[in-house]
Parts: sequence; C-alpha cells; structure tokens
Amino acid sequence: MTASDVVASLAAVSKKYGELIALDAIDLHVHRGEVLALLGPNGAGKTTAISLLLGLFDPDGGKASLFGLAPKTLAARRRIGAMLQTAAVPETLTVGELIRLFRSYYPAPRTVADIVELAGVADLLKRRYGELSGGQQRRAQFALALAGKAQILFLDEPTTGLDIEARETMWKTIRMLAREGCAIVLTTHYLEEAEALADRVSVLAGGRVVAAGSVAHLRARIAQRRIRCLSRLDERTVAQWPEVRGVARTGDHIEIVTDAAEAVVRQLLFEDTDLSELEVKRAGLAEAFIEITREAA
Amino acid sequence: MNTAAIAVDTNPARRALPVYLLEAKYEFLRVLRNPSFAIPSLLFPPLFYLLFGLLLNRGSANAAHYLFATYSVFGVMAPSLFGFGVGVAIERERGWLALKRVAPMPPGAYLLAKMAMAALFALIIYLVLAAMAHFLGRVQLAAGQWLTLGIIAVLGVLPFCGLGLLIGSRVNASAAPALVNLIYLPMAFLSGLWMPLSLLPALIGQLAPLWPSYHLAQLALSVVGHGDGSATLPHVAVTLAFTAMCFALARRWLARTG
Repeated sequence: MTASDVVASLAAVSKKYGELIALDAIDLHVHRGEVLALLGPNGAGKTTAISLLLGLFDPDGGKASLFGLAPKTLAARRRIGAMLQTAAVPETLTVGELIRLFRSYYPAPRTVADIVELAGVADLLKRRYGELSGGQQRRAQFALALAGKAQILFLDEPTTGLDIEARETMWKTIRMLAREGCAIVLTTHYLEEAEALADRVSVLAGGRVVAAGSVAHLRARIAQRRIRCLSRLDERTVAQWPEVRGVARTGDHIEIVTDAAEAVVRQLLFEDTDLSELEVKRAGLAEAFIEITREAA
Repeated sequence: MNTAAIAVDTNPARRALPVYLLEAKYEFLRVLRNPSFAIPSLLFPPLFYLLFGLLLNRGSANAAHYLFATYSVFGVMAPSLFGFGVGVAIERERGWLALKRVAPMPPGAYLLAKMAMAALFALIIYLVLAAMAHFLGRVQLAAGQWLTLGIIAVLGVLPFCGLGLLIGSRVNASAAPALVNLIYLPMAFLSGLWMPLSLLPALIGQLAPLWPSYHLAQLALSVVGHGDGSATLPHVAVTLAFTAMCFALARRWLARTG
C-alpha cells in the first residue's frame, strides 16, 4: 500500500467537547479497497472520528482530509457515502422516493436497480419509511449510502438491529464493494463483524488509537488461550496454578484462561483422570479487544 | 472522475434544476402526508379571522378592510415560522440534515424547498382568507388590490422563514415549538395585526417598527387604503434587510454545527 492509495485520513486530529477530550491527536489512514473497522467502547471517539472525516465538525487541531480535499467540500462529498448512527429519515416518504432524492444529489449516481440489489431493499421500495422495522430502516439507510457510487463508505454501526439474513446481504455487498476498490470504514459493537469483514482494525479508547493492525495481528498480540472441559476439580485449586489467569465454573464445565495452555492441560490431565470434553481455543478478537482496552485504561 | 461527471459539472445550472425540483416535491409530499402539521397551520389563521375579524366585528367596513389586510399578514407567519423553526430544529437535531449534507445535497435546495413549501401554504391561507373576507365580511376590493395583497402574502414568508431558520438552527427540537409560539402570537399582537396600533398603548406603537410583521402589515394596509401614509420603500427595505440578516446568521450557525 502506498501513500497515493490513501483516500481518507486524520492527521494528528484532536477534538474537544467542552472539557471532554473526544479525540487526542489521532492518526488514521484509510486506503483504497480496504475495510477498516473502528472498534472501541462507547465514548471512545469512533463516531467523532467519522464525523470529522465527513466534515460534519471541524477538528480543533490537526487535519482531516478526503481524497486530499477538505471533507466539507462538495467535490469530496460527491465521492462518499454514509450511514450515520442517528438519522431520522422523514417517515412519510417511501424508500423508493428517498432513493430517487439521494440519487439526484450525485452527478453520476448508481442505477436504482443496482442500489436495490446491493442493499436488498426490493421489498421495501413502496413502503413508507415510518412503517419499517428498525432493521428495515437500517437497510433503507444503507441503500441511501450506496446512491452515489461512493469511493469510500462510512458505516456507523451498520448492522445494528438487522436479522441474520439481512446482515449477510450487507456483508456480501461490503466485501464486493471493497473488491471493486471502494474503501469502507465501519464502526461496530459486534467483534465477529470486524473479524468477518475487516482487513484492518483500529482500536480506539479514550480518544486515542491504542492498537492498529490486521485481525490476526491483534489476536497475536495476546497469547491467551481458553481451555474448557468437564472436570470435578475445584476451581479454587486450579486458580492457584502458576500459569492460570482466570477460572470460571458453569455447571459441570470449568473454563480456564491461560498464557501457557500446554502446561495447564498436562496438569489438568494429571490431576483429573476422569476429565472429558477437553477443548482449547485461541482467544478471539473479543478477548484481544478486552485485553487491549484494559491495558490502555 | 468519469467523463459523465465532468460533462455535467461544467454545466451546474442544468444539473441543479432537477435536484431543486425533486427536493421541493418531496418536501410537499412529506408535509402533505403528515396532516398533523398541515391542518393546524392551514386552519389556524382562518379560524382566528372568523372569530376576531368577522364575528366580533359588526358592520364597520373600515374595520373589515383593516382586519383583512392584517390577517393576511398573520396568515403567512405560521407556515414559515413553524416550517422552518420546528422543521429545521428536528431535522438538524435528529441527523437528517447531516445525512443530506454529507450526501451531498446542494445547501440551497434544502432552504428553497422549505421556502416554496411556506409560500404555497401562505398562498392557500391567503385564498381562504380572501374568500371569507369577500363572502362573509363584505370586503370589496379591486382585482389589482386582491392580487397585490396576494403577492405580499406569498413574498411575505421571507422574513419569517429567516426568523424560523434562525430558531431552527439554534434551538433544540423539543423547545422549538414553544419558542415559535412565544414569538409568533405576541409579535402578531404587538404589530397591530389583531387590532390597530392606535387602540393600543403608545409604547407598543413606538416599538412596533422592530417587528418584521409590522412592516409587512404596513405594506398590506397601504394597499387597502389604511396605511399610515409612510413611504413603501423603507418597509420593503427593512423586511429584506431583516431576511438577509437572519439567513446570514443562520448560515454561520449551521455551518458550525455540521
């Protein structure tokens, strides 16, 4: 990836709301054709970062840019699409009318047929926005984000409230657009979504980027593994073992978190010869994420 | 950028027109399908006029003409103040405006669509008031006078659109309706729209030139021969200056809040 691939960036950007520091000199670069997931606890600054990239606010320090232009400019905004977290779309307009309206904003919009197919809204076109369920409204908002053949899409928690089928459609579309060269920035609370889609992850906490890299890279940052088995061993005893970081019992199952799975498994089998249903799993992004944000705090 | 975009960009006027029309069309549809806004703002001024302008005014032709002129100004205030004041506050606060700006809607389309909406409502209200004045209030005017008053009513939305926009760009959505009412009704009273200023305490008359509705009322009154003899031009100038000031200020505030 080269510098010329960068389609959107925040360079040493800070943003304050009164006394609260929402972003503290963060750097963020989005490249052509990549899916970047912004993760972080509530209030970490994810939505603020997106708002600055969209030019909805000006940064207090540093510089936000889209295609090398100021994000507020019409030329930059014609090349983007966005799904915001809060967008009270007029309830009395139909989805079809909303799509027509948004298409009119762009010099070379996507065709209605393409939008309908990509967003999976064929069944919603004639329905008024106010009659839709939460998940259907999200799909309609996704359709509006696709109206302009964007070169970068900003999706702020796009799949919140979607059923599994609708989520699969959206994921499929996101992957396809990325393959075609569209950059995608998404925030999500679902780590499995980041794991399924993201080429790169940036973890925000307290207004700073505390970790960045591929999903595999982030996972590798922590050596933790989870051991689960049926055992009669007392969890308080197991908790005393040197490599064990945490133990929890749910019914007959015992679950152990450790940095040295091999040593712990050896000990488990030695102490409990009746042990069964042994499972060892590498920590997922969820564990990595909790670990990273805890280190940062 | 592809060639279509370049070809279109060189002729922004041709491209912009459909956007503006579509924006206005959907603004109409949006409001039309939401009768809880449309009906009160269409009914309120005629009901006021019926009660205070027609039923309580027995026989005086002078009063009938005076009140028709001032109520036609009163009629234009509500759709513009509420449409902009409350409408913009809601759309700004709940993210719809932000999404459209990112989309990127031409900023002028948004304001023009809302203004066209207010002007249409003002025209409907004026026609209803005129019919009531003619058939129930025995107001007799020449065709030119009806027409001029109608033009004043339609163009008269401008200062109130400006004032409404000022409110909508600053005040939160839940407070906006209350604030608009707090401005709308007292301003109508203080501008002599419900009864002549000469019947009110002198102080109210002296303060009246502060309100845009006063200047509009003076223009309307001079059409029906009840003007205070002042020149027309200053009233027009004050109204336009007030409108321009509101829009300029609101533009700055809106730009700051995204």
